[in-house]
Amino acid sequence: MSLALPAPDMARAITRISHEILERNSGSDSITLLGIPTRGAHLAARIAAKIEEIEGKPIQSGTLDITLHRDDLRMRPPRALMPTTIPSLGVEDRNVILVDDVLFSGRTIRAALDALGEIGRPKTVQLAVLVDRGHRQLPIKADYVGKNLPTSPTQIIKVQFTELDGVDAVSLEEGGK
Amino acid sequence: MRHLLSISDLSKAEALQILNTAEELARVSDGPMKKLPTLRGRTIVNLFAEDSTRTRISFEAAAKRLSADVINFSAKGSSVSKGESLKDTAQTLQAMGADAVIIRHSASGAAQRLADSQWMTGSVVNAGDGTHEHPSQALLDAFTIRRHLAHGGDDLTGLHIAIVGDVLHSRVARSNVLLLTKLGAQVTLVAPPTLLPVGVESWPVKVSYDFDSIIESVDAVMMLRIQLERMTELFFPNAREYSRYFGLNKDRLKKMKPTAIVMHPGPMNRGLEITADSADSARSVILEQVTNGVSVRMAILYLLLAGSQEIGASE
Repeated sequence: MSLALPAPDMARAITRISHEILERNSGSDSITLLGIPTRGAHLAARIAAKIEEIEGKPIQSGTLDITLHRDDLRMRPPRALMPTTIPSLGVEDRNVILVDDVLFSGRTIRAALDALGEIGRPKTVQLAVLVDRGHRQLPIKADYVGKNLPTSPTQIIKVQFTELDGVDAVSLEEGGK
Repeated sequence: MRHLLSISDLSKAEALQILNTAEELARVSDGPMKKLPTLRGRTIVNLFAEDSTRTRISFEAAAKRLSADVINFSAKGSSVSKGESLKDTAQTLQAMGADAVIIRHSASGAAQRLADSQWMTGSVVNAGDGTHEHPSQALLDAFTIRRHLAHGGDDLTGLHIAIVGDVLHSRVARSNVLLLTKLGAQVTLVAPPTLLPVGVESWPVKVSYDFDSIIESVDAVMMLRIQLERMTELFFPNAREYSRYFGLNKDRLKKMKPTAIVMHPGPMNRGLEITADSADSARSVILEQVTNGVSVRMAILYLLLAGSQEIGASE
């Protein structure tokens, strides 16, 4: 196991992503952050807190569960559903930023786009991830990346948040195949 | 979980998983887009060998909201009325590729028979078998009680629930006793001795013959329908006497705790076990039970059909 992103680097990456989001969207008024549970939702909450700190005003932030839209449901035991909370202004005509911890095959994001389409029609949809590990199976690209981490498909990326795991870290493990 | 046949097959954790899943699905049903792609391409057969309104349309609505294809099959107007056996019916459904069969049957154990047989490979959901069980009804009742009375708690610990009326013929009562006690509630059955089943003293409940003595202490009353179609002998002198002793009326409604709720699985015999003003009162959650039924049945279908049955498939 090797540490790919220790806590201070993780905090810097989140700060940089927050600034990039603000720069690209000319401030925080038009944006809505939607984190994909479980860890994407925690990351979205971190980014939202950072943006609020920079801008000095509250922003629209929520969660989007995509389980019911997954294309691999048949391949594994049933998954528990997680809460979806759409902030007060909804997604209609907003710049929606999807937030997830790791971007891998891209299938989660495809499901998220479907789930989002059921709720409304955003002006734009952007994607922020903490780690892009490559091996995409769909034509999907992140707009904001904390760290590009070249991996082999069998390796496992482990993202930890203090709220859940008692520590902030991203580490790389050799997968047993 | 491959079939849903009886509440006694469910662990407390599994029961809570169904309720929690239903909670999330209820939020989807409240949203602007009610349809989800989750069970696209799956075929669900409603096999109803006994009359039903809300259970059948509730399962149908649940399946359709998850994009499954639904085939409705009722005994009347099918080969069952020509004398076709359950086995032949099941094998026909298997040949058509049914992924799940939701079965209601007047024989207790019909769903179990279907699940244990090798006649078909799909999931079996018991939607009421004779006087045995009606698990999806109990789950939606528990879901409704939890939403109103659990105050954010996970289970029903500390709540006192009265199940009143024709317990003898009621599969709803059997499933509810099992589920509500499993979730930590205290259950009291209220009925004349003639409408209580043999062996009720071994159930994990209290029994009372006096509705008025417990009405002030309950958090929910669940009124049961007097099942005239299953009554082959005389169980009480006349309907007026039954109503007076065991019916829910305005006077009893007034004695209930301010937060207590009134439930009924439907269909109601208005004027017999429940008066019209009780059924339509502000305490009544009877229509909410119907709404919640769709969410709970979506959760059941999702958990039975959406995933694979192999345990431990890797990321």
